[in-house]
Amino acid sequence: MDVFDKLKILTDAAKYDVACTSSGVNKKSAVGGIGSASASGICHSFSGDGRCISLLKVLMTNLCAYDCKYCVNRKSNDTPRASFTPRELAELTINFYRRNYIEGLFLSSGVLRNPDYTTEQMIEALRILREEYRFFGYIHAKAIPGTDSSLIARLGMLTDRMSINIELPSQSSLQLLAPDKSKHSILAPMKYIQNRIQENSTDIIKYRHAPKFVPAGQSTQMIIGATPDTDFQILNLTESLYKNYKLKRVFFSAYMPVAENTLLPTLDSAPPLWREHRLYQADWLLRFYGFTANELLDQQHQSFNPFLDPKCNWALHHMDFFPMNVNRSPYSDLLRVPGIGVNSAKRIVIARRSATLQFNDLKKLGVVLKRAQYFITCGGKATEGLKTTQDKVLQSLMSKKTLGMYHQSFPFESPNKQLSLFEQPSLLLSGYPQEDLQRCLTSPI
Amino acid sequence: MFDQSNLIYRYDGSFDGLLCCIFESYDKKEIPTEIILPDTSQTLLFAAKEIRTDVKKANRVLTSIPKKMGNDALNFIQRAFLTCAAKKELYILLFLRLGYRHGRSVMGMLTDDAVHPLFKAVKHLDNESHLLKGFVRFSIFSNVLVAEIEPKNCVLPLMAQHFRERYPEERFLIYDKTHGMALVYQPYQSAIIPIEDLELPEPDEQEQSYRALWRLFYDTIEIQGRHNPNCRMSHMPKRYWKYMTEFGTPHKETPLKLEDTAKFLIP
Repeated sequence: MDVFDKLKILTDAAKYDVACTSSGVNKKSAVGGIGSASASGICHSFSGDGRCISLLKVLMTNLCAYDCKYCVNRKSNDTPRASFTPRELAELTINFYRRNYIEGLFLSSGVLRNPDYTTEQMIEALRILREEYRFFGYIHAKAIPGTDSSLIARLGMLTDRMSINIELPSQSSLQLLAPDKSKHSILAPMKYIQNRIQENSTDIIKYRHAPKFVPAGQSTQMIIGATPDTDFQILNLTESLYKNYKLKRVFFSAYMPVAENTLLPTLDSAPPLWREHRLYQADWLLRFYGFTANELLDQQHQSFNPFLDPKCNWALHHMDFFPMNVNRSPYSDLLRVPGIGVNSAKRIVIARRSATLQFNDLKKLGVVLKRAQYFITCGGKATEGLKTTQDKVLQSLMSKKTLGMYHQSFPFESPNKQLSLFEQPSLLLSGYPQEDLQRCLTSPI
Repeated sequence: MFDQSNLIYRYDGSFDGLLCCIFESYDKKEIPTEIILPDTSQTLLFAAKEIRTDVKKANRVLTSIPKKMGNDALNFIQRAFLTCAAKKELYILLFLRLGYRHGRSVMGMLTDDAVHPLFKAVKHLDNESHLLKGFVRFSIFSNVLVAEIEPKNCVLPLMAQHFRERYPEERFLIYDKTHGMALVYQPYQSAIIPIEDLELPEPDEQEQSYRALWRLFYDTIEIQGRHNPNCRMSHMPKRYWKYMTEFGTPHKETPLKLEDTAKFLIP
């Protein structure tokens, strides 16, 4: 089997892993070496599905001793198998890297014999890269659940980022679909890596040249839609991973049916892409916008609104928070306005020091006025001639297509009964006093 | 004395030349309505005033900028000068006049009619140079890395540091076709030089096989069930595809001219 066949098989087997970022660490090559990394990450290409290609994402081997039911590489699946030798992989990486095809290597693996043996193979490939080729580029390695902690420690010294996939967001789902893994076997190494990063950060303060352990932190991934776990559960788990395990990223992957099994969605079911999209939006709100999971969803509302993004949904539920004076409100409040993002909020804070902002100024700062105008005032005034009707607000927050689907789900009965929308047990605004809602959405701001 | 309402400056296209325009503007207490390049076709209604480049004057302006409005502002107008924005020279002049009056806070006057277009232009430049850090594709000819790009802005000065840190031991050349310039590097020195045309030799067997491997990887990594060409296009506009290996640009059938590329690397 030549390297072409191996690359094809082992790329094909690795592609369902979503993480392909090269972010989190700034470094440059030492004299005599090759490679650098930039904290913002650099995308080198985008595949036909629109995902960033930053790293050479392959498996060391797709032979696997485990039989996780959702996975293409499960033992019982009849699929061609291949393995890279450590040297082949290192050579391929360096040659791609020199041509600027990639920012580094993303190395994962099926479980060959046992987790320890597999990890040793990965360590050998990375050692060749780091020591023989003096490679300073980005390396993301996957820790295999159940690996001995001394091996994890060695792997961590060679990589920039490590990740352990949670895959299924609850213990019961794990038991059902991945009988060889347990919550403990996933969370224990995660905790171990976190502790080592913590220790290492104090070492670096003491000794400037102390070797760095996983300097770009760790991340994880969950499969969405293979099990009945709700958005609320997933988002809460995400939040606690950020808080308790100090993860840098949590990735979500809409389940692509790859196996026929009564426990799983059927092969012809479409991946729940919009749900994945909503989760990413919410993830951003947690990390950059100062939202908490409980603000976005709660026990009564366990799923995201399919028609509205989580931020707009929150805004419509909290009209008492608006309208907001853009010239006065603090940064953290500005971030909550639909149509204002991190960049435009920062620019507002800078620009309003030297001038009072008007609506046409906001446009220059990158604010999406179409959405934002219903939620803000400039110098005490709303946009001239703005009519805040519920229909107008919804039009501004949804695309035409989405609005059409929304109206199909919650149709108008007659034009003079427009507000009947709210009388339905709608996903959008249920659970809130009717009068309040009507007042805040229809009264002039 | 020129009439204020139709005053046009003509400068030599260099950064020093532009700084002399600023000197002239203060010296004569006048603000031009346009600043043009020497090769702008003479269809103007009014005669343009020639601004001679004088290094002494330029240096006086240059040293005054960080003192009056900070290093950020100097760095900002240097980058603004690299952009492809229309009327960038005039906006830079207006920006500096604002800066001399208001000091450091000029960098925060984002809604001003002169400052805003400059910030937009610089953002375009920064975005393009960031994207190209990833999208540049090198081919290896006799152990020299060679790449071609066709950017809208003059991005080479912004990419130099990144590639120096990435390949400290390599020799490389990035040819900017739009501006007829090339970034050349050999350990441990780099330069940006004018270069008229670059003809690349036939790729050797090893080069071709790594190109094929990369195309194989690129095609395999896509999840077919999630095919989304629009998403790809918004992240990676088509104008970048021309020089990217994964889209199978057929290599040009041209005679070997490696000596020419090698020449640039040896000072």
